[in-house]
Amino acid sequence: MLSTFKTSLFAFCAVLLLASYNVRAELVAIPALKTRVTDLTQTLTPDQQNQLEAKLAAFEQQKGSQIAVLIVPTTQPEDIAQYSIRVTDAWKLGRKKVDDGLLILVAKDDHKMRIEVGRGLEGVIPDLTAKRIISEIMAPSFKQGDFYGGLNNASDKLIGLVNGEQLPAPGSPALSGRSFGNLLPMLLFGGLILGGMLRAMFGNFFGGALTGGAIGIFAWFLGGGLLTAIIFGIIAFFITLIGPTGLGQMGGFGGGYGGGRSNGGGDIFSGGGGGFSGGGASGDW
Amino acid sequence: MKNLFFKFAIIFLTLVLTGCGYNKFQSLDEDAKASWSEVLNQYQRRADLVPNLVATVKGYAEHEEKVFTEVADARSKVGSIQVTPEVLNDPDAFAKYQAAQGQLTQALSHLMAVTENYPNLKADQGFRDLQAQLEGTENRVTVARNRYIETIKDYNVAIRSFPQNLTAMMFGYKTKPSFTVDNEKAISTAPAVNFGDKK
Repeated sequence: MLSTFKTSLFAFCAVLLLASYNVRAELVAIPALKTRVTDLTQTLTPDQQNQLEAKLAAFEQQKGSQIAVLIVPTTQPEDIAQYSIRVTDAWKLGRKKVDDGLLILVAKDDHKMRIEVGRGLEGVIPDLTAKRIISEIMAPSFKQGDFYGGLNNASDKLIGLVNGEQLPAPGSPALSGRSFGNLLPMLLFGGLILGGMLRAMFGNFFGGALTGGAIGIFAWFLGGGLLTAIIFGIIAFFITLIGPTGLGQMGGFGGGYGGGRSNGGGDIFSGGGGGFSGGGASGDW
Repeated sequence: MKNLFFKFAIIFLTLVLTGCGYNKFQSLDEDAKASWSEVLNQYQRRADLVPNLVATVKGYAEHEEKVFTEVADARSKVGSIQVTPEVLNDPDAFAKYQAAQGQLTQALSHLMAVTENYPNLKADQGFRDLQAQLEGTENRVTVARNRYIETIKDYNVAIRSFPQNLTAMMFGYKTKPSFTVDNEKAISTAPAVNFGDKK
């Protein structure tokens, strides 16, 4: 009797396990962004891939805008536009606030392609232009099996269009908002030490005022914005006033802010934080 | 004594400002308003395409009165609804707006279905351009809506979590409406192209 129970229990578990696989159709995974040209279908030869990669890299050096190419077998069960926006949200091509990213996506088995245009480039590459590039440049080449030709010519056309647009020069400012987050704990810690010294020299009140002023100016200079700088100045002032006994409580408070955002370390090529709002066009061949 | 008072003041202020979520509501509320503005923007962009589209189709299919009337009615209805960011705080107004836009979506899909009967129209470059623009705009609308739904989700969760919901109640923050899927099911049924209807 026990063996019948065990067998049926085993069968029950097996059925559950198998059934759980059918719960939801799997969405196509978004590959990691390591190179500008990502070909998951082995359509392009390594030579072709390198040439295209070099062209797009040179363009980014010169103009600052990021163009990426992705070839996947399929985007099913999603529509190519649904998949494309997921990719661009994850990859964040283009520079933050400039939003000058472009994605050329090809779903080879689906015979569909899409050009996803970053917010900042919607002026030079409106939906209509993207559609024209797809139907006049990419589709004819793809129909003949010349994927490299289609992608290369489309890239040239896109590069030409973007070059006609006024964009900020490449090379980011010295300290962006991202690094400010990482500097916060250092700023507060520095404030404590400075505060200790100034308090010893000038007494509680003036020591506090000087520390507050110094930290405030420092924070503002590092790109934190005027209001943040004032707040930090005030906090530093109070910390110095309270003296060593208050430091324990404030340490916890400072730690809470220190989260910051980390860089995706180790990637050769990474997106710059650009935004997309669904502009561009899709087509097929 | 003064030292102690300062210490307590700092601790109290810190807890009040960071622990009770008030500042978080401010930023989430602004996020919600911004993503709602984006949705309005894209819907407006779509409405702006309609006159051109109708004119082009009329050039080839002037006898399709029924669908032109349907599109014109839907567009004027959308145009007549006064939408402000305050619609977010009024679920009824929000539902009305969503219904009106859904009606325009349906009218446009009827229009595009009708164009299937006119190969000359489909080959017209002007029409294809407009079609590309319409597809692009519809995609942007979808993206804006999805972003809005995400933002509203964050906001509503923050409003409803304990202990922030106490702060929310104190300052009068209510949950904001989101786009519902139920309406979409009724609206997204493909229209049947009726050959028997021609005059």
